[in-house]
Amino acid sequence: MSLSPDDVKRIARLARIEIDDAQARATQGQLNTIFDLIATMQAVDTSGIAPMAHAQEVTQRLRADIVTETDRHAAFQAVAPAVENDLYLVPKVIE
Amino acid sequence: MSDASLSALAAQLAAKQVSSRELAQQYLDRIATLNPSINAFITLDADKTLAEAAVADALIAAGKAGPLTGVPIAHKDIFCTDGWLTTCGSKMLHNFVAPYDAHVIQRFKAAGMPSLGKTNMDEFAMGSSNETSYFGAVKNPWNTAYVPGGSSGGAAACVAARMAPAATGTDTGGSIRQPAALCGITGLKPTYGLVSRFGMIAFASSLDQAGPMAPSAEDCALLLNVMTGFDPNDSTSLERDKEDYTRDLEQPLSGLRVGLPREFFAEGLNNEVAAAVDAAVAELKKLGATTVEISLANSKLAIPVYYVLAPAEASSNLSRFDGVRYGYRAPEYTNLDDMYCKTRAQGFGVEVKRRIMIGAYVLSHGYYDAYYLQAQKIRRLIADDFSAAFKTCDVILGPTAPGTAFALGEKSDDPVEMYLNDLYTIPANLAGLPGMSLPCGFDAKGLPIGLQLVGNYFSEAKMLNVAHQFQRATDWHKRLPPLGEASGERR
Repeated sequence: MSLSPDDVKRIARLARIEIDDAQARATQGQLNTIFDLIATMQAVDTSGIAPMAHAQEVTQRLRADIVTETDRHAAFQAVAPAVENDLYLVPKVIE
Repeated sequence: MSDASLSALAAQLAAKQVSSRELAQQYLDRIATLNPSINAFITLDADKTLAEAAVADALIAAGKAGPLTGVPIAHKDIFCTDGWLTTCGSKMLHNFVAPYDAHVIQRFKAAGMPSLGKTNMDEFAMGSSNETSYFGAVKNPWNTAYVPGGSSGGAAACVAARMAPAATGTDTGGSIRQPAALCGITGLKPTYGLVSRFGMIAFASSLDQAGPMAPSAEDCALLLNVMTGFDPNDSTSLERDKEDYTRDLEQPLSGLRVGLPREFFAEGLNNEVAAAVDAAVAELKKLGATTVEISLANSKLAIPVYYVLAPAEASSNLSRFDGVRYGYRAPEYTNLDDMYCKTRAQGFGVEVKRRIMIGAYVLSHGYYDAYYLQAQKIRRLIADDFSAAFKTCDVILGPTAPGTAFALGEKSDDPVEMYLNDLYTIPANLAGLPGMSLPCGFDAKGLPIGLQLVGNYFSEAKMLNVAHQFQRATDWHKRLPPLGEASGERR
């Protein structure tokens, strides 16, 4: 398997990371080396093996449906890049 | 002072031979001298440190001290720390002052242990050399031309240079054990789920686990007593009875069965490391242990499996860094989507972007089964190898890393070469098993060599017993790096 510069740009787009043509070319070689390493997995016969998602076989705990958090929006929004009237500011998305 | 064990420091505090403020000040002075040449700390705040030490002194005066009250500790900058800059080694969080404490921080505060500061690390814990930090590389105290390992490189270096008596670290693929090995200290990654991940900035959530880093196994046992315990804020935190991890330290090793995985002593292992590990095995035999050859046949696949699973989880976890709620935001953009893309392009370093892109690709349409699912299946095979091995042995022993510390810049242009450093540490993360590294010698260049122990689930007390008995018989963990004390330069 070998990624083209266009593949790299598509992946960067999926990851919401801006990338220019020169960076895509530079990244391409390194990603291909890493995917060559990863490709060694494909030779393993894993038919009948259950995938392991987690180290411990535990189920999600449930808790009582009661409010446990206090209102700390002022502290949390104090670290935001742009806030107005307790709202996070982002560029306009609806015309 | 600077070479005392945690129990010795606690005894001095209890006997009122030193106050917590005096002790903290002594370490802060040593940091001021040595840190400029080591770069182990990202953030220092003497006022906060001394205020926390004053609280500890009040606890001691009131007779309310716990076993480690008043002993200071350094925290990896991956742990959210209320009121402290918490950067995770990234430009993305260069201005992030955490509004709450991670569970691990809460526990050390409750134990009365003042924070000496936040330690440097590979960006978002992605690296094996500490060279990916936005705040510059950490230097190995044994030779400042060499890397300290990573990602908990600042933690390992500050303990090795005795700028702190102990430190917290996190380990996703070896990030406690490999820097512990390269800096000549002891570090332990607990069984997955023993230490809460709440407030620990996520890299790969099914693998991340916090643990202690300190000169000795006895120190680590005391720290583990503080760190472990159920936390309802972490959905993967395990509900278990509280253990005393020091309980078996003094047990003799007679009858101990040490498993030696033949795959960990094969091609690729540096000769000097192999010789030091062999000598450690001989020492354990003198202490009454027997050895048994085991096979972890699928462990050679651990790196490819890890470099699918960890980036996949990272690409999801790091999607939260979008310039909206915290951290860096690009100064110029045309619309919301452009703001995301520019913020992430400018805020993340090269290695982090590389791993996010690997993750986005292996999870993308049409590739999920071939990569992610196949990796999860092989993860099972790797875990099953360990289960089979623990039928014939009590603890598994091998090298922590294939070599000793490498020169700064030596591997930074070759990601695959860098990834191979974690060949022996990643399998325990994939299986969720506890692993630790302890010093077992030096190479011809005077750089430390690490011995790795991997135990069965929840066998930390047994591993610490083995490590402590080894450390009673050897003095590798007591050796100090040749730092020029006055200038902070290497001799």
